[in-house]
Amino acid sequence: MELVEAIILSVLAASTPLLIAATGELVTERSGVLNLGVEGMMIVGAACGFGGAWLTGSIFIGALFGIVAGTLMSLIFALMALGLAVNQVATGLALTILGIGLSGLIGAGFVGERLTPAAHLSIPGLTDIPLVGRVLFGEDAFVYFSIALIIAVWWFLYRTRAGLILRACGDNHVSAHALGYPVLRIRTLAVMFGGACAGLAGAYLPLAYTPFFIPGMTAGRGWIALALVVFASWRPGRLVVGAYLFGAVTILQLHAQGWGVGVPSQFMSALPYLATVIVLVLLSRARTGGSTAPAALGTVFVPDR
Amino acid sequence: MRKSLLALAAGILLAGSVSAASAADKLKVGFIYLGPIGDLGWTYQHELARQALVKEFGDKIETTYLENVPEGPDAERAIEQLVRAGNKLIFTTSFGYMDPTLKVAKKYPNVHFEHATGYKRDKNMSTYSSKWYQGRYIQGLIAAKMSKSGVLGYIGSFPIPEVVSGINATMIAAQSINPNIKVKIIWANTWFDPGKEADAAKALIDQGADVIMQHTDSPAAMQIASERGKLAFGQDSEMIKFGPKTQLTSILDTWAPYYIARVKAELDGTWKSEDTWGGLDSHMFAMAPYTNMPDDVKKIAEDAQAAITAGKLHPFKCPVIGQDGKEIECKGGANLADGQILGMNFYVKGIDDKLPGK
Repeated sequence: MELVEAIILSVLAASTPLLIAATGELVTERSGVLNLGVEGMMIVGAACGFGGAWLTGSIFIGALFGIVAGTLMSLIFALMALGLAVNQVATGLALTILGIGLSGLIGAGFVGERLTPAAHLSIPGLTDIPLVGRVLFGEDAFVYFSIALIIAVWWFLYRTRAGLILRACGDNHVSAHALGYPVLRIRTLAVMFGGACAGLAGAYLPLAYTPFFIPGMTAGRGWIALALVVFASWRPGRLVVGAYLFGAVTILQLHAQGWGVGVPSQFMSALPYLATVIVLVLLSRARTGGSTAPAALGTVFVPDR
Repeated sequence: MRKSLLALAAGILLAGSVSAASAADKLKVGFIYLGPIGDLGWTYQHELARQALVKEFGDKIETTYLENVPEGPDAERAIEQLVRAGNKLIFTTSFGYMDPTLKVAKKYPNVHFEHATGYKRDKNMSTYSSKWYQGRYIQGLIAAKMSKSGVLGYIGSFPIPEVVSGINATMIAAQSINPNIKVKIIWANTWFDPGKEADAAKALIDQGADVIMQHTDSPAAMQIASERGKLAFGQDSEMIKFGPKTQLTSILDTWAPYYIARVKAELDGTWKSEDTWGGLDSHMFAMAPYTNMPDDVKKIAEDAQAAITAGKLHPFKCPVIGQDGKEIECKGGANLADGQILGMNFYVKGIDDKLPGK
């Protein structure tokens, strides 16, 4: 039983950065913008997050640094892709390359330093409950925040007027513009939200997961977050399921190896991506529901004045 | 996708980091690095050796390095760039640079190349590598002595001979202390992903391992072992900072003596193509101080290190028994032949796991 609890704890820790980054990207894409620079924003968030926490000794300030860094990175994207109407795919890729280089530069002074990781919640009595105690009442703040965040995003998208307008921009920017909504301003805010989330997700890695900074430590998690948004078919509820599923596959394949289960580990590592491809195929075959990609996703919008 | 992005990134880096020639009579020495110099592991150790060169030869040489150069075809461009910048001796420091190095070497017969851990050579291209399995043997002795649960955890990168021979050397040593010792092996399928390495360490510890060994490059596993109050070995570099009460020892890549010898040969005009596969005796690697263990275990480790250095102890002394219980053909007289170790693709007896791809 202890092993089950340990596995669940590892899964939650592995899933949290994916969930946070994907939540941000979901909002960005729902507004009609495809920002492929998640990996770049994450790694800069990781470098700045570690730097902030290391300089001040506060994990909270580190997390804020990560958020600000991710937001600044996303503003570069917004300037290029929205302000200057440059191709979004190319801009996003460039942002990733820039981020990888920039994070190495920022983090150069912190390499080899270590940090006391984010504290875990401890409520006497509750945290000690066998099996569920540490899972429910013994996580770090990032885990609880990520869940609150996705609930808030769901509520915003489906229960508020502002969320409806944001989705309208993503589905048909010409109509939204004609109705008088400031499409580019709304999209800029959505991109910034995506950047803030990516920065926080990146900061989670050196602040809570592996408390040190090394260049390239995000190791492709930004790309997984992007796949996750597609896997979730742009829906918050499915995003939660997907994030924990992706995390579970990662952790379980490691345990399977330890137990000597004869499934090739390479196959297990590829499973989340295979699942994403399958979901894409299913989505394109069942075009009746309203759950497919935002109609204006990735298209350039230049308002005529 | 990520590979090609890195390639692009490297292309951009290339444009910026090759410094222009200054004094004409200096020997120019170039380096190609796989990772960033701040990786605290593989590339960092090569960088330390480069700095040792600068210290040793001072004004007589000028060094240049290119970091984050991806393995594969793109490396060829990076190597050629170093040639064009006037470098006469070029170290390419990862296995995957083998074919690109060879290609450039054929094109520029007057430039000398040194390729790490490969097996293809030419009259102007040497290779060099280390017998890390000797260090793994010592770690196996320590691990078996220190493990209370009798289960070791081993994080592998890829099932290539270098890693497999390390696992085998570890287990042969561990079994000589405790015949019933078990090892759990998890392949990370990456050299570098701190998060995944940490997850693998957690999984191993959750499954009962209390001594963690790794053949991946980041200190993440060391840190997890430290958090959980277990023991671990470092990799490539000194990692004791990440586990002051955790690190037992670490295999340290010490390239400096070799690099200094090769540059000296180049300066003297005596450089020639060679195949160097050095061990503890030739100082191609060293063991970090033996820490966090009682004196009797320390003595066992030191004795083994002395015996291996003196050539009295060989980790793969025949008979070596394979996983199926059959004796491995002994091609090297008293020990397995070097070729058998360099191409090792089997597990020894006592490892329950199945070698991927077998």
